[in-house]
Amino acid sequence: MNQVTGQDFINAMSAVGAGIAMIAGVGPGIGQGYAAGAAAAAVGRNPGAKSDITSTMLLGQAVAETTGLYGFAVAIILMFVKPFK
Amino acid sequence: MGNGIVGASFHFMNTSAFATLLETTSDEQESSGSFMIQLLKEFKIGNTTLHITTTHVCLAIVTIVLMIFALVVNHKVKTTNEDEPPGVLLNIAEIIVEAVDNMVQGIMGTNANKFVNYIGTLFMFVLLCNISGLFGLRPPTADYGITLPLGVITFCLIQYNGMKVNKVNHFTDLFKPIWFLFPINLIGEFAVPLSLSLRLFGNVMSGTVLMGLIYGLLRPFSVAWPSVLHIYFDIFSGCIQAYVICMLTMVYITDKIGD
Repeated sequence: MNQVTGQDFINAMSAVGAGIAMIAGVGPGIGQGYAAGAAAAAVGRNPGAKSDITSTMLLGQAVAETTGLYGFAVAIILMFVKPFK
Repeated sequence: MGNGIVGASFHFMNTSAFATLLETTSDEQESSGSFMIQLLKEFKIGNTTLHITTTHVCLAIVTIVLMIFALVVNHKVKTTNEDEPPGVLLNIAEIIVEAVDNMVQGIMGTNANKFVNYIGTLFMFVLLCNISGLFGLRPPTADYGITLPLGVITFCLIQYNGMKVNKVNHFTDLFKPIWFLFPINLIGEFAVPLSLSLRLFGNVMSGTVLMGLIYGLLRPFSVAWPSVLHIYFDIFSGCIQAYVICMLTMVYITDKIGD
């Protein structure tokens, strides 16, 4: 077995860290699900306001998604930019 | 040297996208990784080195297509007789203009006329950038250098219009509930362009990375079914994100200047 250098260890840990960073995707999933459920209930109660409800839901979901995308940005930086050389 | 298991696996997967996923930096590019920004040409002016990447080329293509579309529609509008029924191109242009007008009118109310040009341009540019992945280009919005300027333009619009309408109140609002919340309010102001640009970048980039992985890793099997994923990642997600960035820009501006 050849020796593993420090750089190899850093690469491996970067990959592991990228995987851990993507756990951030759980939160937005739950939040978007709540928003979609509430929007479906609202459409059921008031079908006339469907377009307004849809645009409001999309806006809220897009804002809720931001935290997940921060996690994704961290993962992308760890994998491709490699800040720890 | 780490030539153990890691080195062997690197060698084994050298031709797949996985190698570029693990090894890509700006100077060791392989031709196989279709989802990272690739260096096409570089030349030196004085001491600075300029890089021409795929982002520049795709951005130029998108901009030229938009310009040609605008020029052709402009020519058609000027030459078409009012009594004749409009052609296909004019109908498409009318649909776009009407949709953008209604969208801006619904959010901004009386201020719509001032911003409808910028919002329309932003919408068409981002939409075309996002769906350019369908035509084999790398979407320019999957580069943070394209989305950050869009966020900064929105930030400048918000601050300029806020100062113009609210005068001194624009700055005293930062101390609003209690004075010691000033740092948090200041961070909130500067988080707007960051979150706007990161949202667009992250969404388009995640689609690009996933499509690149599917085409690279599953190359023998990726025959026809990735088109379903293209519908989701390029068309659906691209349209939603173009809509969302326009909506959020309008909402942030309206928040400052009122209806």
